[in-house]
Parts: sequence; C-alpha cells; structure tokens
Amino acid sequence: MTTTTRPTTVPTGPATDHADDGGKGRKPRQGSGRGEGGVLVYLVALVVVGLTLGPVLYAVLGGFRSNAQLAADPAGLPDPWLLDNYRRVLTGASFWTYAVNSIAIAVITTVVTVVFGLMAAYPLARYPFRFREQLYMVFVVGLLFPATVAIIPLFILITRDLSLGNTWWGVALPQAAFALPMTIVILRPFLMAIPRELEEAAIIDGASRLQFFWRVLLPLSAPGAITVGVLAFVGSWNAYLLPLLLLRGEMKTLPLGVADFSTQYSSDTAGVFAFTTLAMIPALLFFLALQKRIVSGLQGAVKG
Amino acid sequence: MAIAPVPTTGATTPPAGRTARPAGAARRDWRMAAEIVLFTAPALVLFAVFVVWPILRAVQFSLYRWKGFGPLVDFVGLQNYVSVLANGVFTGAVAHNLIIVVASILVQLPLGLALALLLNRKMRGQGLLRTIIFVPYVLSEVIAGVVWFQLLQPGRGVVEALLGTVGLEGPYQGFLGTPSLALPTLVVVLTWKYVGLAVLLFLAGLQGVPDELAEAAQIDGASWWQTQWRVTIPLLGPTIRMWAFLSMIGSLQLFDMVWILTGGGPANATTTMATFLVNEGTKRQNYGIAAAASVVLFVIALVMAVTYQRFVLRRDTAEADVPRGVR
Repeated sequence: MTTTTRPTTVPTGPATDHADDGGKGRKPRQGSGRGEGGVLVYLVALVVVGLTLGPVLYAVLGGFRSNAQLAADPAGLPDPWLLDNYRRVLTGASFWTYAVNSIAIAVITTVVTVVFGLMAAYPLARYPFRFREQLYMVFVVGLLFPATVAIIPLFILITRDLSLGNTWWGVALPQAAFALPMTIVILRPFLMAIPRELEEAAIIDGASRLQFFWRVLLPLSAPGAITVGVLAFVGSWNAYLLPLLLLRGEMKTLPLGVADFSTQYSSDTAGVFAFTTLAMIPALLFFLALQKRIVSGLQGAVKG
Repeated sequence: MAIAPVPTTGATTPPAGRTARPAGAARRDWRMAAEIVLFTAPALVLFAVFVVWPILRAVQFSLYRWKGFGPLVDFVGLQNYVSVLANGVFTGAVAHNLIIVVASILVQLPLGLALALLLNRKMRGQGLLRTIIFVPYVLSEVIAGVVWFQLLQPGRGVVEALLGTVGLEGPYQGFLGTPSLALPTLVVVLTWKYVGLAVLLFLAGLQGVPDELAEAAQIDGASWWQTQWRVTIPLLGPTIRMWAFLSMIGSLQLFDMVWILTGGGPANATTTMATFLVNEGTKRQNYGIAAAASVVLFVIALVMAVTYQRFVLRRDTAEADVPRGVR
C-alpha cells in the first residue's frame, strides 16, 4: 500500500554512509561554492542552541535550586547550589524501581524485536517462494496501524485474556509486535544486499541455508540489527500510552514515574526538575553513545 | 541394487541420473517450506496476536454498546459511529488533529529547511550543533512535556518571567490554561520537540544533492539564496515529501504530549482523537464509543495516507516501484 515502496531504497549499505556527520574530515564537497559561515550564521546557530537546549538546561539547573529560589527569581541560576533534590530522588526507592522496569521492558522488547525481525526478514529477503511479496506486504501494511487504534482491545487482551496486566512481558510483547513492521522493512533490503556469491560459496562448501544464516548472514547483518535494535529500544524506553494503561504501582516505568511525580508534587518544581533530569540521563547517554546508529537508522528509513 | 527402469512419476524413487533431480528438488522444496514457516512463525504469531487481533476486535467493539464487563451482546450497529461523529468533543478533536497536521508542516518545514541549509554550510562545531538540535527528539514526549509544563506554569514559570523582563505580561490563566492559547502553545512545544527530526532528515537529503549543480549555478552568477531556492531545495523534494508524510501520520496519533500538558483541556480546547478515545475507554468505560473513535482515527489516517501517496509521493516512488522479481 502506501508506504510499500520506501523499503526498496533503504539499504544504504552496512553503515558506511553516515560516517561523515562530524565537522571534520568531510568530503571535498564541503568547501565548494557554498557560502562560508559568517558571523550571522554563528549568531543564528547560537540562538538555535539556546532555544533547543534552554528548557533542558533549565530543568537540570532547576534541580540544583530550591523552590524558594525558583519562586523568587524564576530565571536565575542556583545560588547556592543545592544537591538535596537530586539526593532525595536518588535515595528514594521509586526512581530505581522505575528505572529497572524501564530497562527490563526495553531490553525484552529489543531482543524480541531483533530476533523475530531478523528471522522473518531472512526468508523474505533470500528465499524464492511464491507468496513472498504477499507475506512481506502483511508486515508493510502493519506500518499503517498505529498502536493507538488498537489500544483498548489490546488493554483488554493483555489484562484479561492473557493475564499479563501488570508485568514486563505484557508491555514488551505488544511493543515488539508493533515494532516488527519497521524492523522487517529495514532489515529485508539489508539482507537482500548481501552478495549472492557468498551464499553460493557457502553452499558449495556444504553449508545448509540455516548454517549460512547463522554463520554468514547474522554477522554481516549486525549493523542493520543494531539500527533496528536501537530504534526498538528508544521506542520502548520512551513509550507512555501502553504502560499507562497496563502498569501500576511498583511496575511503572520512568515516563510514568515522571508524570506521576509531576502531578503528585506539582508545587515542588525543584523536585520535579530533579526527578525529570535524572530520568532524561539514560536516554541522553544512550543517544550519545549510539548517535550514529540512530541517525543512520532514521535516515535509512526515510531516504527517498 | 535394482535399478528402476525409468519410473514415470519418479518422485519417490531416489537413484538413477535423470529422475534424481525432481526428487531432490521436491525434498528441498519441503525443507525450504519448513524453514520458511520456522523462521517467519514467531514474528507472524506475535504480529497476529498483538496487532491484527486487537485491531479486528476494535472494529467489533465499535458495533456494540459495551461497558467492559459481561458478554458482548448489545449489538447497536453503527450507532456508536453516529454518536461519535455527532459528538462535538470528537469533531473538535478531529479539527485539532488537522490543525496540528497543517501547523506542524507550515512551521517545521521552513524552519527545518532553513536550519538544515544553515548547518550544511561549512562551520565550526557543526557536528556538535547537529547533535544538540536532535536532543529534544530523543527525550520522551512525557519528559519533554513535564519540563514544558513547569516552564509554562502560570505566575511562576520561567516563560512568563522572561516575558516580564521585556515588559510583556503572560495570560492570566497561563498559556496552557487559556482556551484560545492552549493549542498554539502545544504547536510551539511540538515544534521544539520535532524540528530536529526534520533538520536531520533534510541534512541526510542534502548529502545526496550533487555539489556540481550548485557550483554550476554559482558560476552562472546565482547568489547563495538563488542557488538554494532554485537548485538545492527542489532536489530535496523527495525527502521533504517523505518527512511531511511521517509528520502527518504522527500528528494524527498525537497523545503523550497533550495528555501531559493539558489533558485535552482547557474546555476540550486541545483534545485529540487519541486523548478522546483513551478518555472514553479507560475513564468512562465506553468501550464501544472508544473503539468507534479509533476506527474513525484509522480511516482518517488511511485516507490521508492513500491520498498523499496517490498525489504527492507517487512521482518519487514511480521509478523505484518496480518490484524486484523473485530470484
């Protein structure tokens, strides 16, 4: 249907074309006729940085202030710097409980998505069989179904029919299911791009298709698997609606914890900032560590 | 061993040069079929249970009046659809979603494009800038929403304090508490959150724009702006159209940010289809109504997607559309 054609152009090759997003060492194309950055450009860049990071930094700094400081001068800096808000959050049990839940659910989601996605993408990419394109289409059409549409029946299915209501698996499995279409759409062309000769050589050497999958394809598809893994992890880590409906009390994830804390202690702005800041850190660190993967994944998914 | 004298069917008799091929091939076919099933089954089962089945159930629920307990017996036909479409809150929600779709594109497209062109110039700290602009996109909507909620608090938030320093006064009930301002404020926050994605994708697209064209234009005497406007931006067309598609679908499903910032209020001024259906489903247990709303949401998304594909995306994909033959 609509988005079906996108995937065929995805395979930008295992992780080579995104290597140049740093400022230095770019291809010669950079210096060419393009206007060099003048003062104005840097000024605009500075404004953009300020607007982009401002709210985040304000929250980080707000965590080092007291509510009295915030009330007296909302736009000021911490004076004196207080560690108390952060200490309270870090020594309280709930933050760590939520963090563990978030990690567990994100890890399960990622593993299930990547393993099932790779397995399904393999025959869809490399086996010649009759209903292959139709089978692929089933997943592609899945791209069109937002989780929101199915959320109420999903809630009933998980809580009543499967009794997975307040569990890690109850959130992770549907998240993985909804992540599968994008995963397969990204992985299939990736697996297709692996040269035919490798497969022939492996078969001449006496390997079965399964051995080929295990020994040759899996290692070669690592970059693609990491991309979809990162997407699944980030998606799960940031998810709100499904956890909101399914998880209670001790089982909540960090986004739920942040939202709860914010409504419960809405007047304790400094405390909210501290809690929110600490909840941001894992995602930000993860992003910084795997930035190139996320970026190339997103670019790959949209490159037309 | 006895040599079978040219069996006509051949499928079950192993040896003998000529008939061995089909026999072996049949076994290979079997084996391959088994492998296909084995490999695709986990994904298919998961997909069927948690995606296909709930969606079918949503369609089913939408035809019943059901409060979530007891058997599904009170069949009401299309009545839930009638009441959803006659419900001012829901039609308002549809309008809000459409406004957000249009506003997101109108605001983020020029902004994203300008930033991408800017960041594509040679400058110091370019990599860092690209990282920074993407930070809001990485944060969850909930976390971004909670921070913005605090920043926008009426009377004590920093946004009003900053306005105060330039002599402006914030609205009495705050930006999120004033019905006429809540939706525009939401659009501003969404822009902050998502413009980085536009920039990133446009930058990716710019990588594919050959430099020679811009150079040729400049040799012909075009200014930097003319070059961008006449040469670079048109070549970014496919990327822009794909981004707009993603943005559209995302705007239609908007939930998290609204739920955190306003909960759909004040006076339903920011209700979206998603917040409407979650509210009906979980708070009021009107599962039939919620399901009808979700089907309407899906149909709207589908119609927009198909229309967009037909009239806008088709030319981009036309050449890439040739299905790869099964090898």
